[in-house]
Amino acid sequence: MLDVPHATTTDQSETQFDLRKEAEAAGITDTLQQLDRELIGLKPVKNRVRQIASLLLIERIRQRAGLASAPPTLHMSFTGNPGTGKTTVALRMAKILHGLGFVRRGQVISVTRDDLVGQYIGHTAPKTKEILKKAMGGVLFIDEAYYLHRPDNERDYGQESIEILLQVMENQREDLVVILAGYGERMTSFFASNPGFRSRIAHHIEFPDYAEAELLVIAELMLKERGYRFSAAAREAFEKYIALRRTQPFFSNARSIRNAVDRIRLRQADRLVSDLNRMLDVADLETIDPADVLASRVFNGGAAAERSVKA
Amino acid sequence: MKLTQGSKLTQGCFSYLPDLTDEQITSQVQYCLSNGWAVNIEFTDDPHPRNTYWEMWGLPMFDLQDAAGVMMELAECRRVYGDRYIRISGFDSSHGWESVRISFLVNRPPQEAEFELVRQEGAGRAIRYTTVRKPAAHASQ
Ligand SMILES: Nc1ncnc2c1ncn2[C@@H]1O[C@H](COP(=O)(O)OP(=O)(O)OP(=O)(O)O)[C@@H](O)[C@H]1O
Ligand SMILES: [Mg+2]
Repeated sequence: MLDVPHATTTDQSETQFDLRKEAEAAGITDTLQQLDRELIGLKPVKNRVRQIASLLLIERIRQRAGLASAPPTLHMSFTGNPGTGKTTVALRMAKILHGLGFVRRGQVISVTRDDLVGQYIGHTAPKTKEILKKAMGGVLFIDEAYYLHRPDNERDYGQESIEILLQVMENQREDLVVILAGYGERMTSFFASNPGFRSRIAHHIEFPDYAEAELLVIAELMLKERGYRFSAAAREAFEKYIALRRTQPFFSNARSIRNAVDRIRLRQADRLVSDLNRMLDVADLETIDPADVLASRVFNGGAAAERSVKA
Repeated sequence: MKLTQGSKLTQGCFSYLPDLTDEQITSQVQYCLSNGWAVNIEFTDDPHPRNTYWEMWGLPMFDLQDAAGVMMELAECRRVYGDRYIRISGFDSSHGWESVRISFLVNRPPQEAEFELVRQEGAGRAIRYTTVRKPAAHASQ
């Protein structure tokens, strides 16, 4: 073999490092900037992600400098309410880890209990291993991880899956990174009854709910991505929409906003098509009018209220 | 055809070389995966050269990104069938190939199988050759 393995080149340790170049070579400057730009709010999350990225970058340089370095534990837990961006950040995290060479391939395999746990004896282990095999070299993202553990049923197959996961998380730390995600309190009680998980996880990151102003910016960003914009009056209407929607059931932060944006587009298209005797210009196509927002049932008490009226 | 070298069975790629280390196996598997080939683990206690159908260890692995997944299965297969021959093959399903592109041994039993070529003379001086597995001579001692 002609190419020299890395191990032999580090004998003469390097002593000078151009930090900017290192960060750029790993692609983390770009990824972090993109994270900042494309994700609204989430200050604490962004800070933690940046810290982790810095740690890994320094770790990598320390290795080359010949300083003591232990492969860091990278398993994480993301807690927060629905639609606060956990899945989105997990995808970015995989990119960062890949850029820095802490995972070899950088794919994200996103699973829930059903993908890991079987229906009968002997079904669970192969299922869990199948997923682990796919996730090797990348990130295994387990959404609503607490469903793996059913405290009311001692013989639940979830336990078998948990044990396999724990073993791989410990023994194959260089092969994959596991990210557990779920809603705050339930994750806390999950960790309380599975101390094995708690101790294997290095980074616990909490995703806060979005403020109303942030939700508005998210809406505008989503509209912009889709080639639309609010008229001034529509923007005001949407502010009212957010304030109302937040108090109604099944509110799920940015995801509710995404759904609202999709429905607003629907109503805008409907409004345009309802009058066929006119010429459209680009501005008409782009602009969301207040009517498109105000027609939402959120303004008459939301889905729940509507249902109780009908019943 | 040479079936063994010394007492080592020679089948598939690399079999005239010293046995591959796990690191080398990992690189070969990664090469298969990066070409989009399905990777299979197979085992047998009957490594006769005409026995093309070995037992499969699980399903073909066609949707993995990284060799570590295959190595995990190989470790498990060795744990159960460490006393048999185990091979890894890479199957290319792309149009025009649709066949095995690589196959190599990754495990040998402590007692290697040995074969010999037996010549039979038939009517009209016709000659038939048969590959016969030698009984494991030293095994019973
Ligand atoms: N800060 C943000 N800026 C812009 N868009 C966001 C932000 N956070 C989330 N989104 C968008 O909201 C949607 C839902 O986000 P995501 O799926 O990441 O939430 P989640 O926390 O995983 O939710 P769940 O817990 O229900 O799985 C996605 O379309 C995502 O693009
Ligand atoms: Mg999610």
